[in-house]
Amino acid sequence: MAIDVATVRKVARLARIAEPEDRLESLASELNGIMAWIEQLSEVNTDGVEPMTSAVEQPLPMRDDVVTEGGDPRLVLANAPKSKDNFFVVPKVVE
Amino acid sequence: MSGLTDLTLKAALDGLASKAFSSEEITRAHIAAIEAARALNAYVLETPEKAIEMARASDARRASGDAGALDGAPLGIKDLFCTEGVRSTACSNIIGNFVPTYESSVTTRLWRAGAVMLGKLNMDEFAMGSSNESSAFGPVTNPWRAKGSNRPLTPGGSSGGSAAAVAADLCLGATATDTGGSIRQPAGFTGTVGIKPTYGRCSRWGIVAFASSLDQAGPIAKTVEDAAILLTSMAGHDVKDSTSLSVDVPDFASFVGKDVKGLRIGIPGEYRLDGLQPEIAALWDQGVAWLKDAGCEIVDISLPHTKYALPAYYIIAPAEASSNLARYDGMRFGRREEGTNLTETYENTRASGFGAEVKRRILIGTYVLSAGYYDAYYLKALKVRRRIAEDFTAAFHKVDAILTPTAPSAAFPIGEKSDDPVAMYLNDVFTVTTNLAGLPGLSLPAGQSSDGLPLGLQLIGRPLDEGTLFSLAGAMEKARGVMARPDRWW
Amino acid sequence: MTETADKLIQGRTGPWEIVLGLEIHAQVASKAKLFSGAAVGFGAGPNEQVSLVDAAMPGMLPVINRFCVEQAVRAGLGLNAQINLKSRFDRKNYFYPDLPQGYQISQFKDPIVGEGEVEVERDDGSTFVVGVERLHLEQDAGKSLHDQDPNATYVDLNRAGTALMEIVSRPDMRCAEEAAAYVKKIRTILRYIGACDGDMEKGNLRADVNVSVRRPGAELGTRCEIKNVNSYRHIQQAIEYEARRQVEIIEDGGKIDQETRLFDSGKLETRSMRSKEEAHDYRYFPDPDLLPLILDADWVEQIKKSLPELPDAKKKRLQGQYGLSAYDAGVMIIESARADYFESAVAALKAAGGSDAKLVANYVTNELLQRLSADGHEIDASPIPAADIAGLVKLREDGVVSSKIAKEVFDHMWAGEGAPYQIVETHGLKQESDTGALEGIIAALIAANPAQADAVKEKPQAIGWFVGQVMKATGGKANPGSVNEILKAKLGI
Repeated sequence: MAIDVATVRKVARLARIAEPEDRLESLASELNGIMAWIEQLSEVNTDGVEPMTSAVEQPLPMRDDVVTEGGDPRLVLANAPKSKDNFFVVPKVVE
Repeated sequence: MSGLTDLTLKAALDGLASKAFSSEEITRAHIAAIEAARALNAYVLETPEKAIEMARASDARRASGDAGALDGAPLGIKDLFCTEGVRSTACSNIIGNFVPTYESSVTTRLWRAGAVMLGKLNMDEFAMGSSNESSAFGPVTNPWRAKGSNRPLTPGGSSGGSAAAVAADLCLGATATDTGGSIRQPAGFTGTVGIKPTYGRCSRWGIVAFASSLDQAGPIAKTVEDAAILLTSMAGHDVKDSTSLSVDVPDFASFVGKDVKGLRIGIPGEYRLDGLQPEIAALWDQGVAWLKDAGCEIVDISLPHTKYALPAYYIIAPAEASSNLARYDGMRFGRREEGTNLTETYENTRASGFGAEVKRRILIGTYVLSAGYYDAYYLKALKVRRRIAEDFTAAFHKVDAILTPTAPSAAFPIGEKSDDPVAMYLNDVFTVTTNLAGLPGLSLPAGQSSDGLPLGLQLIGRPLDEGTLFSLAGAMEKARGVMARPDRWW
Repeated sequence: MTETADKLIQGRTGPWEIVLGLEIHAQVASKAKLFSGAAVGFGAGPNEQVSLVDAAMPGMLPVINRFCVEQAVRAGLGLNAQINLKSRFDRKNYFYPDLPQGYQISQFKDPIVGEGEVEVERDDGSTFVVGVERLHLEQDAGKSLHDQDPNATYVDLNRAGTALMEIVSRPDMRCAEEAAAYVKKIRTILRYIGACDGDMEKGNLRADVNVSVRRPGAELGTRCEIKNVNSYRHIQQAIEYEARRQVEIIEDGGKIDQETRLFDSGKLETRSMRSKEEAHDYRYFPDPDLLPLILDADWVEQIKKSLPELPDAKKKRLQGQYGLSAYDAGVMIIESARADYFESAVAALKAAGGSDAKLVANYVTNELLQRLSADGHEIDASPIPAADIAGLVKLREDGVVSSKIAKEVFDHMWAGEGAPYQIVETHGLKQESDTGALEGIIAALIAANPAQADAVKEKPQAIGWFVGQVMKATGGKANPGSVNEILKAKLGI
């Protein structure tokens, strides 16, 4: 499953990282190098193996339905690059 | 009172308790040491005023007789930990000048125990790296140099700042984090002790996430006992972290010095890689000899899926990271690089805010999760992860702990591996397995390379059995004798 | 389904069948959010109900709200669906300014609730069954405001992280009316069990509609998803427009693109949302910050026992216990408060010695609910207490008021004038049964209208004219039975 320039372009777009066109070729070969090394996983027989998503074997803890946070917009807006009237201000979204 | 920075944490706490010196005195000594050691680039933010304020408060507590377990001890904090009112950046430009309005759970515990914060420690950007070279603040230089050479060496990574600061006596101990070896490899490279506890021991709340299912906090310290003291205060159940383990934290220091006679120590054949450096192999043999002498039984074991751990890790960690780092989008905090529209703003912000290694991992992670590749890569890696964990489960039926080298080499020169990602990734070949399996792993300095650089050995334990690791490491530390210290060239 | 023919739409080239599936998003009626301790509410100032977790600050972690899990289980039980004792949360990854984490925590592969089914009533009282594919828990997004500034979008995260239940139906509906009826039924069930308040105006219940068309009986066509249709009327309008659009494209030789479309309630049309389509690869994977959600079977059993009587059961009971028609029972169960009101009125009537439950139902559905809904209100806004409906029915049963006068009494009750017997007293609306007074009036009428009197003697049905005159003379208060009796005696018929 070699990664070509089109794939890198698509993946960079999905990840919202601007990669200049002239970088795509070298990125593709870099990623191919890593993926080729990763490819050895296919040697492992994993038939019937349950995927392991966590090292913790316990059920999900739950909390009570109680309001414990919020109420202070300053706490969440403190580091905002742009804000106004307690809103975050972001570039115009076109739907 | 420059001698104050040479003290171990344990000795310093004893001195503080006996009022041989005050917290303000030992804190000022460290502040001076930090100022004098800026060439190492270990601290990305020094907080001397805050440190002195905290030290004075500690002295007041001591005077009134209600001191905590770490009262008055000045520590360094890896910049991955969010600290209230103190800039926290994960050493990434994208987080910029972020000043949290909250304090991480682990550091909250440390301050509650009375510790003093000296500042924030350098690290690889978002903890992605094994050499500290990916930091937005530039690399940390290892206090150690090869015999007869001035060439700057890496302290390892990602907790390179933490390891260097401890090795150079710029703090009594430091917080660190470990996703694939980021505590143990730098500890090995700097002659310090580092432990990554069982996954779930330390709360992840308030620590900038890299790979959530692998990230664990732990200490880097000067001695095994110091590491045990620090971990006792850092660990503990936290309801704000759903993966935090609801178990009691023992006094880990009480395990140091315990008799290890009769413990069975596993030596995994698969870790004896082709081309393992002879001095690493010799070091390993030395460790085996020490444990034998202490009365341990040495057992050959097999961890058959070892070689697949790193490739599996390089799917799982980037996949989680690609999603964890989506929040760095320039909308609510951190850097924003405007474009002509929203998508361009996202793309510019993330292109200029993330460094090359972080971008590389985000791209890999995005790729392995994308439609058509999920089963072949991500799901496959999760299954291999299970196989690796099962290897350990089987081994721990036969042994009480496992001994391996910490890293395949001693510290290497800055720049030597920065052009070859895979060569860099191989640094974690011995450490990454415990992250995948969630097991505790401890690295302690066990000797020196032929050119005088520290080398570490790793002990791996059963889940939640950090205590046995501290006992074994204590015994090995004793057998080893006093470690050499780096020359103060800075 | 046999009555499909009348649901087909006619194209140029023949009939087409519409196939509809719905994804309903119902906001869980919790105090705090799904994974954070910030308040859920409506009308707070911007970013006032936002925790550090909701704003996705570095290092923040989710912890699930037990109440939300319980409501999902209750909803699942209400939909006769399978409760999955093990489920899991996944991340759905995409970038949007009102999605702070850069991913939505949802349940993709293993939802908390599996297959179920719902019986839905059409307006004519007939029923059909809609399969439920799944119900899962997920986070809502924040709100983007586009009209505050010509060059920027404002983001308010108050809604971000609020718990939603997404209920996904099978493509079992065949016309817009069926889709609307299905949404109504889901809303009723959720309100019964208290999992969601169903307030569509506030967006607490919203629907995405999957629309496709096909030749009757043919394979399923390509579907389009119409986002966020927020009222029954819009659901119908959106479906009608979209089905027409698809038929026209296919009949013109074109193909339907599978895409997401937005309903424009101003222009009454749907349009493509290309911005959302562009990179349609959500990279779902299990959220590593959360562990599998494991439910205790005993807990689920306990929840099951705590469920109130559900709409279908209530409907059957109202029909059986009170003899209500399917229609009246259907109207009564749309809100459990309606049925409660009805039943407490019947209880009050019985306590007063009355018995006509159907008459109670009549006043509730035909008078009270119609007047309330004309004002956009529900039963809980009724100015008339249930006991007064009972009082009114009792007056009728006792012959104190006629049905006509009762209507007048009801008007006064509606105006808030108090109990029906008092209204009757105050306004002198009691039926006139005083035969002495009536005899006088009737005698005078016969004397004054000899021609009419003769006509009645010839043709007894014409007596109605005299009855009307008596009523007119008494202001409608005469007891019709007494009037007839006296008239017949005096006219000798």
